[in-house]
Amino acid sequence: MRHGDQDENSHYVDTAPGDDSLDGYEAAEEIRTYLIGLVLATLLTLASFLIARTALVWEPSIPVALAVLAIAQMGVHLVFFLHITTGPDNVNNVLALAFGVLIVLLVIVGSLWIMAHMNRNMLSIDQIMQMQS
Amino acid sequence: MLGKLSWAAIPLDQPIPLFTAALVGVVTFGVLAWVTLKGWLPYLWREWITSVDHKMIGIMYILLAMVMLLRGFADAIMMRSQQALAFRSEGFLRPEHYDQIFSAHGTLMIFFVAMPFVIGLMNFVMPLQLGVRDVAFPTLNSVSFWLTATGAFLVNISLVVGEFARTGWLPYPPLSEVAYSPGVGVDYYLWSLQISGVGTLLTGVNFVTTVLKIRAPGMTLMRMPMFCWTTLASNLLIVAAFPILTATLAMLLLDRYVGFHFFTNEAGGNVMMFMNLIWAWGHPEVYILILPAFGIFSEVISTFSRKPLFGYRSMVMATMAICVLSFTVWLHHFFTMGAGADVNAIFGVASMIIAVPTGVKVFNWLFTMYGGRVVYSQPILWSIAFMVTFVIGGMTGVLLAVPPVDFVLHNSLFLVAHFHNVIIGGVLFGAFAGYTYWFPKAFGFRLHEGLGKASFWCWVVGFYVAFMPLYVVGLMGMTRRMQHYDVPEWRPWLLIAAGGAAMILVGIILQIAQLAISIRRRKELRDETGDPWNGRSLEWATPSPPPSFNFAVLPSVEGGEAYWGMKQRARQQAMLGEEPPYADIEMPRNSPTGFICAFFATFMGFALIWHIWWIVILAAVGAFATFVVFAWRDEVEYAIPAEVVASVDRANRTARGETLALSGTPS
Amino acid sequence: MSAFDPAVGRDGPNQVERAQGSLDIQHSTKHAAGVAASKRIIAGYGFWIFLLSDIVMFSAFFASYAVLVDATAGGPSGRGLFDLGNVGIETACLLLSSFTCGLAAIGARKRNGFWFYGAMAATFILGAAFLCIEIREFMSMIALGAGPTRSAFLSAFFTLVGCHGLHVAIGLLWLLTMMAQVFAKGYRADILRRLLCFSLFWHALDIIWVGLFTMVYLMGVTQ
Repeated sequence: MRHGDQDENSHYVDTAPGDDSLDGYEAAEEIRTYLIGLVLATLLTLASFLIARTALVWEPSIPVALAVLAIAQMGVHLVFFLHITTGPDNVNNVLALAFGVLIVLLVIVGSLWIMAHMNRNMLSIDQIMQMQS
Repeated sequence: MLGKLSWAAIPLDQPIPLFTAALVGVVTFGVLAWVTLKGWLPYLWREWITSVDHKMIGIMYILLAMVMLLRGFADAIMMRSQQALAFRSEGFLRPEHYDQIFSAHGTLMIFFVAMPFVIGLMNFVMPLQLGVRDVAFPTLNSVSFWLTATGAFLVNISLVVGEFARTGWLPYPPLSEVAYSPGVGVDYYLWSLQISGVGTLLTGVNFVTTVLKIRAPGMTLMRMPMFCWTTLASNLLIVAAFPILTATLAMLLLDRYVGFHFFTNEAGGNVMMFMNLIWAWGHPEVYILILPAFGIFSEVISTFSRKPLFGYRSMVMATMAICVLSFTVWLHHFFTMGAGADVNAIFGVASMIIAVPTGVKVFNWLFTMYGGRVVYSQPILWSIAFMVTFVIGGMTGVLLAVPPVDFVLHNSLFLVAHFHNVIIGGVLFGAFAGYTYWFPKAFGFRLHEGLGKASFWCWVVGFYVAFMPLYVVGLMGMTRRMQHYDVPEWRPWLLIAAGGAAMILVGIILQIAQLAISIRRRKELRDETGDPWNGRSLEWATPSPPPSFNFAVLPSVEGGEAYWGMKQRARQQAMLGEEPPYADIEMPRNSPTGFICAFFATFMGFALIWHIWWIVILAAVGAFATFVVFAWRDEVEYAIPAEVVASVDRANRTARGETLALSGTPS
Repeated sequence: MSAFDPAVGRDGPNQVERAQGSLDIQHSTKHAAGVAASKRIIAGYGFWIFLLSDIVMFSAFFASYAVLVDATAGGPSGRGLFDLGNVGIETACLLLSSFTCGLAAIGARKRNGFWFYGAMAATFILGAAFLCIEIREFMSMIALGAGPTRSAFLSAFFTLVGCHGLHVAIGLLWLLTMMAQVFAKGYRADILRRLLCFSLFWHALDIIWVGLFTMVYLMGVTQ
């Protein structure tokens, strides 16, 4: 026996991203999902804008708080608008999303890290140009 | 009216490009005239240009790659002879021309030889191995191909109209900024890559969806042939990496066209950000190329050793590990930019770690061959040459991954030797192994064995003679891209390297001869069985060449090595299975969408390069209209009647029965 | 899959019509389900992969913006340029349009023309409003001498935000095309698949906007 028999009986269930996997499409129920999403997203957005403008919060914590709120809101959008869930019919969709998120993080964090270190260690282009002239 | 375009764009003072262009023009015109006179144009249009069949598209990709290989190799031989001659002299190429040649060589070889070759092989083989009838989005597949062809066409147009980039195969700013490269060369580079990049991205989307969503019944992920796994990994990388290339080139375009300041020296632009982003694409790109080659070697070695692939699971793990790790090493291409010891150390260690899964693969191939009855046919010769060559290239790669060593060798010919060692020894040998292996499947006859082996030896020996000296001169301190030099110690090595290039030239001529002679002797080389190598995966279950619908009835997969299992069962029971009931098969209709898109993309790209804005607008409207017309059509599929399916499959079953020497074959 | 999916039944070349290989001896029935998914799932998943690649492209623009945000070259910085009031209205437009886009998807599934066209039209108006505000913002910045050629920071800003705006514009064009298609062809299976892709696209644009207003505008005025 060479390989691969354990997947044999895993029944093939699947949902397209954006499709609701709920059985029976009750329009009212679906509208409720979108409404919950809308309310949650609005609350999170309001919180972001408030924190950015207020003087009540300890200042260095503001960017972190904004990032957390943004990630939370993206999650709300994914769950309530795009119907991405953790159910078995969504495994492929979630795996693809996870791969995408990993790449996005690697590109953004990696670039910032590399460029910050370079800027610290090297002269800036303006300084080099000044030395040449 | 015509933007920057004028008669001055034609390089009338340069004999080499003009002569080449005239030759290419005459040949193209001759072929077109011949095809027209023979009345083959309707056939070509119906069966090839508008085809959405993955097999036809795959073959066209490979044809494109081979033609571009000739062009890229012509550049290579000019570079080698220039460096052989240009000791304390000017050689025969002026610097501005020499710079265009090495830029065009790199661009063509990576984007229009290696990429189309592996994508063509994936196109042809992957749906057959998965046991299905086409890819997920057949028309999109055709669009992908024609956009790639558009990119290749634009690069070649630059030979006669205007010039090509003089900035190397990656246009590093600030040299590529408009202040230092005011001509259209960099624009040719940028727009051909943007257009073909869209095509490649769409291929990635298409193939990932195909592997994950469309497989024959019973074909679970862990039963897929190795080549399908590497196809999946490679296309995941395309989907994740090519958008970064698109974005980076778009930023450079904005700098050049509308005066933005991403990578300029002025107004706060940051040149190093370009290196960072382009290599965040560039490193995954080399794995996009090599992973399918790894898949090909896995198939070939297992088939010709008459054994199942050793360590299938570890192969899958290694492939997927490479897929993720390839995104964590990009800084090793610019260790010298000065990010500091800590950053360099981490990326250096990551670069060494990625060699581990590759090592796992090499051992798996060795153990597959160990104890097998190896049949030394062309495909496995390429595979064995690959294993030796690639291990050498991999070790020099690990050397370069050590930051202090890289500071010495950066930008030297040692680096040039290293990446040719892995790309020729890995990707190109893999492509040739795949070409000789699946050729009988695609056309129904084998390639001539003797000429193939002669060409193989010329290529392999020529490769070592051409590139091992470059390691030496690299260690002696010769930097890459030198138009002339004054160091007498380098001269003998560069003369030897030129000799190696000449040997490779003989290899290429023998390959062309092999193709021509095989076509002439196709009757005696015919493969009646559909399974000339005693294969193990499902593509060998189809007739050669496979019918447009691939499988009369989708095969039912009972384990790994699906077709091997079927043959074993048929031998045990001394008969094939009962004839299945045939039904009508619905296949996607051919569509000229891809060709028309590419038509508009060609005009748009050319007009953008030359700043002819009204053509840009017209072409954009035309492309949008094409999509709307495509979206409006009602009939998307046609049916192949059950009788046709039955007659094709009955012939195939008879051939199978005879091959397996079964007595009780039900007719 | 849903009972509302008209794609079921007539499902293209790779649909499993019978789970038995022609050359195989075994009469296998246990794989009757097959591994081939329905066309709706294939199209949706393919577009999902495409969207992820689009987001990776945005990540390159985000990375450039984050690296170049301080490279103002003596010119204006975000603090003096951004007007949070405008951004708030833009955010509201896009969020509401995401909601109406969801309603349009339900309307299409229910074959309710009034509902579908109404929600699509609302989505279009909200999207167009967003685009108008953004263009006005760009114009006023250029009028202030803070155009994209002023500094690397402004180049990165205009590219990142403009790329999102370009996506919205393409989305609006697509939206009109979809309305015309439904009008001309009705709620056909292939058109419903395209609608699914369109709504995925529109929701994804909103997700990118969340990252955008947080990282560019909100962090820009607090720093």
